[in-house]
This record gives sequence, C-alpha cells and structure tokens, in this order.
Amino acid sequence: MGTTFNKGGIHPAENKTAADIEDVELPNEVTLLLSQHIGAPAKAAVSKGDRVRRGDMVATACGVVSACVHTPISGVVTKVDRSLTPYGYMADSITVKADEADHCDDEVRRKNVEPCRSIDELDGLDGERIRAMVADAGIVGLGGAAFPTHVKLAVPKGLKADVLIVNGAECEPYLTADDAIMRLCPDEIMGGIKLLMRAVDVKRAIVGIEENKPDAIVAMKRAAACCGVDVTVVPLKVKYPQGGEKQLIFALTGREVPSGGLPVSVGAVVQNVATARAVYRAALYGEPLMERVVTVAGTARPGNYRVPVGMGINELLKVAGGIPADTGKIVIGGPMMGKAIETIYAPLTKGSSGILVILEREASRQAVMPCIRCGACVEACPMGLEPYLISTLSRFRMFDEAEEQKVTNCIECGSCSYVCPAARPLLDYVRYGKATVAERIRQRKKKCEDK
Amino acid sequence: MENMLIISGSPHVHTSRTVRSCMWHVVAALVPALGCALFYFGLGALAVVSVSVLSCMAFECLIERYMLGRRPQLSNGSAILTGLLLALNLPSNLPAWIVVIGALVAIGIGKMSFGGLGCNIFNPALVGRVFLLLSFPAQMTSWPLPLADRLEYVDAATGATLLSRIKMGEVSADDIDLVDNALGLVGGSLGEVGSIALLLGMIYLLATRIISWHIPLSIMGTVALFALCIGSNVGVELLSGGLLLGAIFMATDYVTSPMCHKGMVVYGVMIGLITMVIRHWGAYPEGVSFAILLMNGFTPLINRYIKPRKFGERRMAK
Repeated sequence: MGTTFNKGGIHPAENKTAADIEDVELPNEVTLLLSQHIGAPAKAAVSKGDRVRRGDMVATACGVVSACVHTPISGVVTKVDRSLTPYGYMADSITVKADEADHCDDEVRRKNVEPCRSIDELDGLDGERIRAMVADAGIVGLGGAAFPTHVKLAVPKGLKADVLIVNGAECEPYLTADDAIMRLCPDEIMGGIKLLMRAVDVKRAIVGIEENKPDAIVAMKRAAACCGVDVTVVPLKVKYPQGGEKQLIFALTGREVPSGGLPVSVGAVVQNVATARAVYRAALYGEPLMERVVTVAGTARPGNYRVPVGMGINELLKVAGGIPADTGKIVIGGPMMGKAIETIYAPLTKGSSGILVILEREASRQAVMPCIRCGACVEACPMGLEPYLISTLSRFRMFDEAEEQKVTNCIECGSCSYVCPAARPLLDYVRYGKATVAERIRQRKKKCEDK
Repeated sequence: MENMLIISGSPHVHTSRTVRSCMWHVVAALVPALGCALFYFGLGALAVVSVSVLSCMAFECLIERYMLGRRPQLSNGSAILTGLLLALNLPSNLPAWIVVIGALVAIGIGKMSFGGLGCNIFNPALVGRVFLLLSFPAQMTSWPLPLADRLEYVDAATGATLLSRIKMGEVSADDIDLVDNALGLVGGSLGEVGSIALLLGMIYLLATRIISWHIPLSIMGTVALFALCIGSNVGVELLSGGLLLGAIFMATDYVTSPMCHKGMVVYGVMIGLITMVIRHWGAYPEGVSFAILLMNGFTPLINRYIKPRKFGERRMAK
C-alpha cells in the first residue's frame, strides 16, 4: 500500500489508458504566446520579417518571475502582435511561418538531435550554471501550472533545501503524459533529477508515483538503481489530489508546509518528471523547451502526442481524429483543475498537459440544490478547510470572515465541488473569495510599507 | 460549433451522487426496519406508514406551491423520508388524524417554516414526534404488542414499553431476554422493534458512505459506557427505547448534525449522555428524541467552535 497525504481527498474515475508518445508533424505556422507561464510576459526579441531557426529564442524573460520563449519551427516572423488565446482573450504573441524547405529541414533536425555536451561535462556543471541553463531554455513547470523552473530552483536566502521531490503522481483523471514519459524515458528523467539536485544543492531525491502506473514505477526504480545518487521511488496511493505540491510533500516526507509558506520552508523543492526530462535535454542537447507531451482524450484517436508549443489546438485535434459533433466543452489540462476553453483556433502553450473533449450530455449539470449540510466537502478538503462555509462567506462578500477561515489556503483542487451532492459551485465562490482576500492582504501590506 | 463551447470553472467531472440519491439510499436502508414493522404490527403499521408518508408529501407540496410560491420538489425524496421516519417513531395504533397532525407539524413547523430543505435547525420527524408526545401523551405511550393483533389497527392490544416497565419497577432489567429484545418481541414504536433490521440499515448506510461511523458509534459507545458505570444492563439500554433508530437514522440527519468529524463525535457523545440522564433521572422513560433535538439546537454552535485542523496550521502559535 502506497503512502498518501493526511487529510481529505477523493477518488474520481481514473479513465486512464496507457498510450505511448506519438510525434506530431511540425505545423507550417506557430503562434507563440508571450505569456505561457506564471509571472510577467516575455518580451519579443524579433520583429516582423526576421528569419528564425528551430530552437531560436524569440522572446526574452522580462522581470524576476518570467520565462523566455523559443520557436519550434524555422521560418519567417510574420506577425508580432496580439492574437486570440484559447480562453478568448487577446494577448501578445509572435507568429512564425515556415515554407516547404524549412519544414523538411526541421523534421530532419528534430529526428537527429546531437548532444552538444558529453555526460562527463554534465557531471561537471555546477548549480549556478544549471540554473542559468534552465532559464535560457525557457523551462517552466510542465505539470500544468507553468511556473518558471529557474525561479523555483533559486532557494531564497536564509532557507536550505534538503530534499528534491519529483512529482510523478499525475493524479488528474485522463492524463497519461507523465506516465508515458516515465515509462519511455526514465533515464532522461533520472539525468534531469541529478542536475536538479545539484541546482538546489541537495543530496537526496524522492520520486512519488501513484500506484495506478505500475510500469512507470518499475521503469523509474530500475533507472534510479543505476543512477549513482540517492534517488528513492515511492509508490503512492491513488487518491486525488496526490500530486498537489503540499500533499505530495506530506506523503513523501511527513512534513507539512505551513499555511502561507513555500515548500522550501520545510526543506523541499518539488519538480515534475517531465520538467526534469526537459532540464536534461536542455543540458545535453542544448534543446530549449519548445515541445511537450499532451494527452488528448475524447477524440477518435486519443493518446499522447509530442506537440510543438504554439501549434493550433484545432490542428492537434485534427491529428487526434477530430472532435465529435456533439462536443459540449473542451478543457485544457485535467478534468479536475483544467480550464474550459472558448475557441480551438488558438495555440497550445508550455502548460497544456492535456486536451479533453467532453460531450454535451456529459458537460451539462444537474440543477443547483440548497446545501443539505452533509459535510462531504469538509471531509473531502485536503487542506482541512470548510468549503461550505468559505464559499457562502465569499458569496455574501463577508471577506473578513473568509480571511479568518483561511480562504487563501485553498489550493483550488476542486474536491469540494466534485463531491457536492447538491451540485453547488463551491469552488467558483471560493475562487472569488480567495482572489478578493488575497488582493486585500496585498493592499494592506502596501499601506503598511507606505507608512 | 466553436462559438458554442460551454465555459465553466473547474472541476469538470462530478460525483454521481445527488441529494435525491442520498435520500433514496436512506429510504433503502429503512426497508428492513419497515419490513419488520409490517411483520410485527400488520395492518396498523401499514396504515400509520402510508398516512404519514402521504400527508408529509401533501403538506410539503401544498406549502411549497401556495405559501412559498416555488415548484415543489417531491422527487428529491426528502418529504418521503421525513414521513417514513416520523411513522417509525409512532405506535402502530395511532389514529390517522393524529398522524396527520404530526406530519403537519413535522413538515410545516419543523422544516418549511425555516425555509425548506437544508435550512431547518431541528430534525423535522422528531419535531413532529415530540409534538405528538406532548400533545397526546396517552395515545403516544400505549404500544401495541408485536405479533398480537396484526389485523387490527386502532384497537390492537397494547402494553407499555420495556424501559417504562423497568422504570415503573414492574420488571427488573436482569430478567429481560435480550434475544427477544433484539428480535423486537417487546412493545414499542414501529421502528423500535427489530434491532437487527436497524443494524442492517446502518451497515448499508456505512457501506454506501451515506453516513460516517462517527455519530452512531459515539452515541452507542457513550450509552454503553454510561450504562456500565451506573451498573445498568448495557444490552437493554442499547437495544430498546428507539436508541438504534435515533442513533442510526435520526441523529445522522445531514441538515441538523455537525459538519466535521470532530464535531460529530462531540454531538454523538452529548446525545448519549443526555439520553441516559433523561432515562434514569428524568420524567420520561426514554430520552433519545429529546437528546437529539437538544443537540440539534447546539449544532450551529458546534460547527462554529469545533473545526477540522487546517493543513499547515499545526505549529502555528496562537
């Protein structure tokens, strides 16, 4: 029996079908959003008419928390302007268009990646060098949140990390992208873990994988056994949100991140398995983050696809067999925390871990009933909060009380909304309350500093 | 097509459990107890159950439509459940007009006056029962004998319940055959007889995760411990006086019980204590209903002061 976190949690239907990774042909055009990560948007480093090559940086990180962007195809920059995001907003982007020759050239280069460093050279890299390399490669957390990785690797002054937690839980239903990467390239992940351990200066790493991925556990254990550093692979109980950062740290180390604190305050730094692999490839091949593995579900040919960042969602869906006529909702990410999109004629980003096509009849919900005070949400909350209470407080704009009830501790995992028999939109209200309270806290701090 | 995509906040999958399915699970868990009641009391049980259920449904429907001006939602099963629970708390020879009054008080005052489903403070079925107990003490404390006159309704032969006989000093607790007691071969309300049937219901509710063990087990545990301490017969205390019915089906009512597990245990222990105090030092031979109603009143307070421990707050110095 695997280890698990200490409070709440739910068991949604897993709906996972192990699939290998299929390469998607490079598209003729990509639209690279400048804000694909948490933090400040990147700044365009090219202008209209410039020629770019696959792997070139087209936008630089701007500010402390930011990440640069690279193009996955060679061609000409046709547009540096605002374009539509999947969520229906306009945002700054760069469009690159390839011609026939570029296209063939890229496919050849994609197939024959040459190492630019030897393994010995990798072992000689120091922490600072690794962090710089990660930043240059534009790597962000690939689990879905897309937080710039080099920022997470820079341990704040006065704190010391002692363990690297590697997240292979993949607790979201449907998603199998991390599973596929762990099964197919465990050695690359292990290489990445070694680099990450040096980047945060720790001697120990723990990889957590949910028990519903037995092949991945075997592959990772085998890779860990011959990697030469202290890496333990720990099977985790299948329970959502096992892959939540705080839940995972507790499950693997028994440490509780204090409310409002960073994981590193208990000595842990968490990285996703796919991120570890991206770090390895960046170090060995000099390959920036311009492609990722995306799980597609609900189409005629579901599976895991290696997709260039910036490719249109409609194109990926076409490759995956097209969407059914009675499609009701399309979600980027997993069904628990993913976001419903407004249009498919918009590009994929570095954080797109999955594309789920949900039929109209599955997307429709029963009518909202009055709360029957069953307490299911309280039982399900992995943060020990009372969702029924904080959602009601938020709904009636009682923000002082909501703050007292720690609405800002919510990790937005959606367990409360999932279990509610009265179909109440608990998380929607909580999100509103959390955002408002967080803003009020910021304002208060600012006022204090001004004085 | 793309301009018609549904946009909504996460999560995008939900449990298949609904308010309606919760209610029907509880109704299903009551089936063994109902079967028992019909077997022991025959026609009387049938009459009381059907009058109670039908009048609860009718009152809910009428009040929602004509007083609150909303569409009645009988299909969510909550009125049916209230009717069933009320019936199980009544003697099988109770005249139909009294049952109707009980249903009116249960639904009208116990539930609808607070705003309907989810808003009531007190368990509606118990409000109805206690109202009847105080208003019609004679009819409410004459209990038909099981298996005696199964074809009679109001004229069935009656006797006092075990606990009141013990209280009156008619029998000593040690003379009681626990097997008879467990099988329901003693006088009592519809739902008091057939402990095994009630326990089956509890197993069903626990297995389907409609209720957690916290409330029923803390009530039963407290009663058993208390009985041990004062030297009373543990078996009799547990198996009679509607304790099982109360602990399994009445105290666990979602709306009127605390929200978190810690609160549930406090609530259960208090119900157990109050029950035993009433039984041994109060005016009534049994006190489960009063104990539950009292603690229903304390539930908002329990919810306010007894909270789950928040993740990450373990070492927070206050």
